[in-house]
Amino acid sequence: MIDFELTPEELQVIKAAHEEAEKLVRPIARYYDEHEHEEPSELINRLWEQTLKGQGTGLIGLGVGAVLRIEEACWGDAGLMLANPGSGLGGAAILQSGTSDQQARFLTRFSQGTPKWGAMAMTEPGCGSDTSAIQTTAVRDGNEWVLNGEKIFITGGARAFNNPGGLIVVWATVDKSAGRAGMKSFVVEQGTPGMRLEKLEKKLGIRASDTASIVFENCRIPYENILGSPEVRSTDSGSTAGFRRAMATFDATRPIIAAMALGVARASLDFVKEELEKQGVKIRYGVPKTKLTAIERDVMDMESAYKAAKMLMMRAVWLMSQFKPNSLESSMSKAKAGLATSYITQKAVELMGPLGYSRKWLLEKWMRDGKINDIFEGTGQINMLVVARRILEFSSRELK
Amino acid sequence: MISFSPSEDQQMIVTMVKQFATDEMRKIYRHCDESGEIPAQIIDKAWGMGFISSAIPEKYGGAGEEHSAVTASLLAEELAWGDLSMTMHILSPSLFVVPVLLMGTEEQKAKYLPAFCGNKFHSTTAALMEPHFNFDASALTTTAERKNGHYILNGSKCFVPIAADASSLLVYANEGGKTQGFIVEKGTAGLKISEREKNMGIKALATYELAFQNCKVPKENKLGGDKGCDFNTLMNCSRVALSAMAVGVARAAFEYSRDYAKTRIAFGEPIASRQAIAFMLAEMAIEIDATRLMTWEAAWMLDKKKDATKEASLLKNYADDMVMVATDRAVQILGGHGYIREHPVELWFRNGRGFTTFDGMAIV
Repeated sequence: MIDFELTPEELQVIKAAHEEAEKLVRPIARYYDEHEHEEPSELINRLWEQTLKGQGTGLIGLGVGAVLRIEEACWGDAGLMLANPGSGLGGAAILQSGTSDQQARFLTRFSQGTPKWGAMAMTEPGCGSDTSAIQTTAVRDGNEWVLNGEKIFITGGARAFNNPGGLIVVWATVDKSAGRAGMKSFVVEQGTPGMRLEKLEKKLGIRASDTASIVFENCRIPYENILGSPEVRSTDSGSTAGFRRAMATFDATRPIIAAMALGVARASLDFVKEELEKQGVKIRYGVPKTKLTAIERDVMDMESAYKAAKMLMMRAVWLMSQFKPNSLESSMSKAKAGLATSYITQKAVELMGPLGYSRKWLLEKWMRDGKINDIFEGTGQINMLVVARRILEFSSRELK
Repeated sequence: MISFSPSEDQQMIVTMVKQFATDEMRKIYRHCDESGEIPAQIIDKAWGMGFISSAIPEKYGGAGEEHSAVTASLLAEELAWGDLSMTMHILSPSLFVVPVLLMGTEEQKAKYLPAFCGNKFHSTTAALMEPHFNFDASALTTTAERKNGHYILNGSKCFVPIAADASSLLVYANEGGKTQGFIVEKGTAGLKISEREKNMGIKALATYELAFQNCKVPKENKLGGDKGCDFNTLMNCSRVALSAMAVGVARAAFEYSRDYAKTRIAFGEPIASRQAIAFMLAEMAIEIDATRLMTWEAAWMLDKKKDATKEASLLKNYADDMVMVATDRAVQILGGHGYIREHPVELWFRNGRGFTTFDGMAIV
């Protein structure tokens, strides 16, 4: 039965998250944008004790409520939301492909003790969207794996690296000659020797979130830290399980990024509408296009772009919550949300003129923050490619 | 509880309508567009599926099912995928039935609804649009004035589907600044039905311009009686219906151009193997899905009796643009072949252009 009614529990989650965003996050959003790499410790500790610890892996976003919570948090501030303690994308990967043993071993900690962070390391200096070209190696040595390579653009990598209990899911190849089939993921615990924090990136936006480079040099981890099967079968069709699992992780995370994007977009949209209202400009819904002012048309276009992206996001999440395949739908939602958010936040700056461009207000920041959603977890173009291949039923060879 | 899954009943309806659209509408739509005629037999066959009578209460002879804008949106998309002209003809009686059902007085329901429960297509329609630039459904130039127990209608209308055959019309007019509906029976003095209009698209749908000159209707014919109707809600129902149809047309164009792009070889491989083509198709797929989901949401709000003005009008604007982009891209993907009438994409392109101009020509 088609239904758009949120449950009372979901509404409660949204309300609480909105209050947190408004009262705790917004007042410090500008400060941590201008003081990149400074730790918002007070907020982190408070959110951890107040909300995050109690929710554990429920935060990863496998349900409608969890994802809408993320939207609200990013309405507050996307950078600070990404700085929140929690198992993060690493947790999503462990949930996707870990055994129940591994899930217990690695994820339980995220609802206990001090704040902890999980992260995922995929991108390398030489490969971004083409994740099958990964050069980092994992070689088996007795009951250990030995990792070597460099990972960049790890969201939350520094917090996972620095804080006890942290972990990083690292993608590496166990057999370069096997191509995608050789790609596996490994859980590396904070404090493991052979792992070095190389660099913190300086970014256009989401500055409260750290983006780290980590180098692995003969980094030894227990054999049982591999997620999924260690088997590398030859080139038959079942051979790319590791790669497909990496992609399946994206199925889970892309709608989350879409929700983050929508949070930023709505922040801009709300600001614009409030300002217009203060100026006595009313948006007249239901009036023919020919009678609307340019600003009304712009705001309506922004609102419908938001709505379109939100619907696609909700469907992708709903499918996931029903344990139905959502690869096409999650890429659709990510592609659309990235575009819609870039458009909405940029238009908001334009419409508000000096209010938009000035750092006194947050619109210019949201425009910078929003842009990341069109880039990380697969650029808009990569997501379009995934969508195109799916609707055409083309392989990566048939549609490059 | 959020759900994007149609009910089993709805899925059955969709399957049935899809079958009809594939086996019947798609077989003759080009011929209909060229000749401007729709065979009566296909209209009657669609009538037999009970789209119009299903929501009419049993006491008037209908199936007595709950009126659902969501269900109606689902079937409108499928029908429009088959052909827009036929869809608007087939569903034209709902332009009369739905407002009476939702807002008519008991007397109006008892008087008009039973005629929709027979075996034969009951020609009825509604007249909203007016032949001038800057048309605004909430500020009509056609007027209704109350005089001695009657209403006097004056003004002109256009794009009125199947008006020449209609036994009764629901005419929207401006009564003291508010849009209200008036039932006008065929042959009423002062109602003049002009020659059939010639349009760019939906050519198989017979539409007419109407003129009202001191056209006198009994006061009982005002939709909803003295208290009138909630026209805004009817407009929202129309916005949802037209958007559902826009999705159907866009999907037809998408599917055809996708299949074409997979088989058309250029430079030794299918043109769909090029991102320039593949990304156009991906964008179409994304926008079609987004618009469909927005349609469902607005329809759901109507079913829940919530005010859907914002959602429905945002949706309608979005769907108008979406169907134009999608049908344009479909023509573009077929290139020169897209411009030739042997392929259907030019027809969908012409039909798609209509949506920005259609107001109140369908209702859920």
